[in-house]
Amino acid sequence: MRLKSILSPVLLGLICVVVFISCKSKVSDADLKAKVEQVVNSNPTVFVDVKDAVVTLTGNVQNEDERLNLEKAAKAAEPKAIKSVVNNLSITPVLVSSDDIALTDKVLDATKDFPNIKATVAEGIITVTGEVEQARIQTLKMSLDALNPKKVDLSGVKVK
Amino acid sequence: MALTTKYQALIAEAKSAGIDDLQIAELDGVLHIRGTAPNADVKNKLWDIYNQIDPNFLSSDVVMNVDVSTAVSGSQVRVITNNSNLNIRKGPGTDQPIIGKAAKNEVITLISRANDQWWLVRTQENEEGYCYAQYLEPIS
Repeated sequence: MRLKSILSPVLLGLICVVVFISCKSKVSDADLKAKVEQVVNSNPTVFVDVKDAVVTLTGNVQNEDERLNLEKAAKAAEPKAIKSVVNNLSITPVLVSSDDIALTDKVLDATKDFPNIKATVAEGIITVTGEVEQARIQTLKMSLDALNPKKVDLSGVKVK
Repeated sequence: MALTTKYQALIAEAKSAGIDDLQIAELDGVLHIRGTAPNADVKNKLWDIYNQIDPNFLSSDVVMNVDVSTAVSGSQVRVITNNSNLNIRKGPGTDQPIIGKAAKNEVITLISRANDQWWLVRTQENEEGYCYAQYLEPIS
């Protein structure tokens, strides 16, 4: 009798703890998805999918470090609730043109129809100066961006 | 402000519009956006949003190269020059002789993509030659 009266508050407490923990770890897949998305948003191309507390990451990353860091970050978002992280991220770095001579040739083709501008290439950066009509600035920018340069500097362009 | 924050609306559209092989990465202060859009409308919408965030693209902090998946051999493409005719050349390059012209809005056939900049085309008059790809828009 005496033992029982001591045990019952302990038991009750234990039950409370168990219930509390099990409730806490029961985070819905949608909530997990939102939490993981928040921590992996350093790379906007990463897609997060969660099914039965298993997180799957897909998308393109720049290198192996980024790939592993995103996996770690995802797991750490809700370590108790996440069962595992399936890392389907693929390493496809953005490659930019580093051959200034080839790039200069292509810039010449791209700017042939823009007689009032001057475009120069240095270390993969295309710098444009001169005047362009408002209606054609997008065509110029699209043509130059399609050459995969490091940067297209239009800050010195006057738009008419 | 982080570039991914400044261009949040552009990134959101790229992610929701079904761009294949989407790559977005910040390198040396420039946000690079690459991928293949399902059609020309999606590509044009991305450029509209980009232009809204950075009018006339003068900030120079984005390089966006989005291809269109319907631009495949045998497909029809529209000439989208500003108002002039499009030169058709013997080879891929502005140093190549002009062998024909295609009118603005004319629909011609894409035979093959010699490279990202120059496409081999055939006009309705059966002229064949190379055109600058930026002036051709796939019809989806």
